[in-house]
Amino acid sequence: MPPGQATAPLLSARSLCLERGGRELFRQLSFDVLAGHLLQIEGANGAGKTSLIRILAGLSRYGFEGEVRRNAALLYLGHLPAVKALLTPRENLAWHVAGEGDYRPAAIDDALARVGLCGYEDVPSHALSAGQHRRVNLARLYLSDCPLWLLDEPFTAIDRAGVEQLESLLVEHVERGGAVVMTSHQALQVSYEVRFLSLLEGLVL
Amino acid sequence: MARTAGSDPERQPPGALAFCLRLLRRQLVLAVRRPIEIGNPLLFFAMVVALFPLGLGPAPDKLAGFAPGILWIIALLSNLLTSDAVFRGDFEDGSLEQLLLSPQPLYLSVLAYIAAHWLMTGLLLALVSPLFAVMLNLPGGALGALVLSLLLGSAVLSLVGCIGAALTVGLKRGGMLISLLILPLYMPVLIFGSAAVQAAVNGSAAGPYLAILGAMLCLAVALAPLAIAAGLRISIDA
Repeated sequence: MPPGQATAPLLSARSLCLERGGRELFRQLSFDVLAGHLLQIEGANGAGKTSLIRILAGLSRYGFEGEVRRNAALLYLGHLPAVKALLTPRENLAWHVAGEGDYRPAAIDDALARVGLCGYEDVPSHALSAGQHRRVNLARLYLSDCPLWLLDEPFTAIDRAGVEQLESLLVEHVERGGAVVMTSHQALQVSYEVRFLSLLEGLVL
Repeated sequence: MARTAGSDPERQPPGALAFCLRLLRRQLVLAVRRPIEIGNPLLFFAMVVALFPLGLGPAPDKLAGFAPGILWIIALLSNLLTSDAVFRGDFEDGSLEQLLLSPQPLYLSVLAYIAAHWLMTGLLLALVSPLFAVMLNLPGGALGALVLSLLLGSAVLSLVGCIGAALTVGLKRGGMLISLLILPLYMPVLIFGSAAVQAAVNGSAAGPYLAILGAMLCLAVALAPLAIAAGLRISIDA
């Protein structure tokens, strides 16, 4: 499905307002995320990017005004990697609490190889570095079939080659008809139309 | 690897029951890889049982009189000690967020967590309790009632304890608060559990007390997961 085609939005937010600690983080924020959109949320530290992503994901259900409508299965990757130190990367993915799919061992091996963890499949995760924990988590992007990805700072602790690979994965996903909403302080180096969402000004093209 | 939406059967979510068993297996593997967590409640049980003869005096008949109450109180406390940790690890590493976003029914997922907790504490305590009972000179005829009452009662304790764990998982120091929250709910279990053993000691039927424990278990299985699911959503939201 080509980007820009008029279809039902995968995610739509209507007049979101959030106040934290007496400070208004954003108000009257409305936008739609359609298939083929690659949306980057912009804002300084403490601007409310993570709060917004958690509201969009449905983790924050109270304390904000407005309405979020989710029309598609979503994959949320937050700041925390959700990787159990006592399990191996393979077990972490096979028994993942997100319960999205029954993955064949071959699919898991393939996903782990793609994130550069070939040879680490059966090493206890506590022996891995912080970046490798993030990579185990990112392997879910290769396994998942969810059209909508909500990624909070996906590039944290990832090396430069990993960032490039991740960028091309994001583009591949949106070209296939998915959508990505992400926060990042780095500019995406991709040859694809990136939409920007400013928490203060709303959707900027 | 070609990925087209919805065409691949392996990308379908697993059935609720299959997912539950997978969670249970995950929790059990995690527990077995940290055996100290399994050993702690048992060690606590053994230590406290060994302390009572020192405090009360080693007269066997005196100990036998107190044994039902002592054994049940220790079982309750060791359950209280461990229930705090059920969701904490998953909260800290972000797994809990993923669990809440999962397409699977949270009611059943929560039951899997509780089942794992009960297998690692309540079941083991019930199985080794005859040994400790003999240390306190509990009459042999009451051992069956003790094991049965602990099997039923500890499952209720796990279910109720997890409500407190779910509500306090977001707090840095939830240990004290969880005791205050759930100890009142533990009381009926303690009363009927120790009464069942006492009845067996006195030679009367323990059955009615066990039946009441069974009824409590049914009620807790039906209602506690709802409270736990709501508690987890609140804790993650904060």
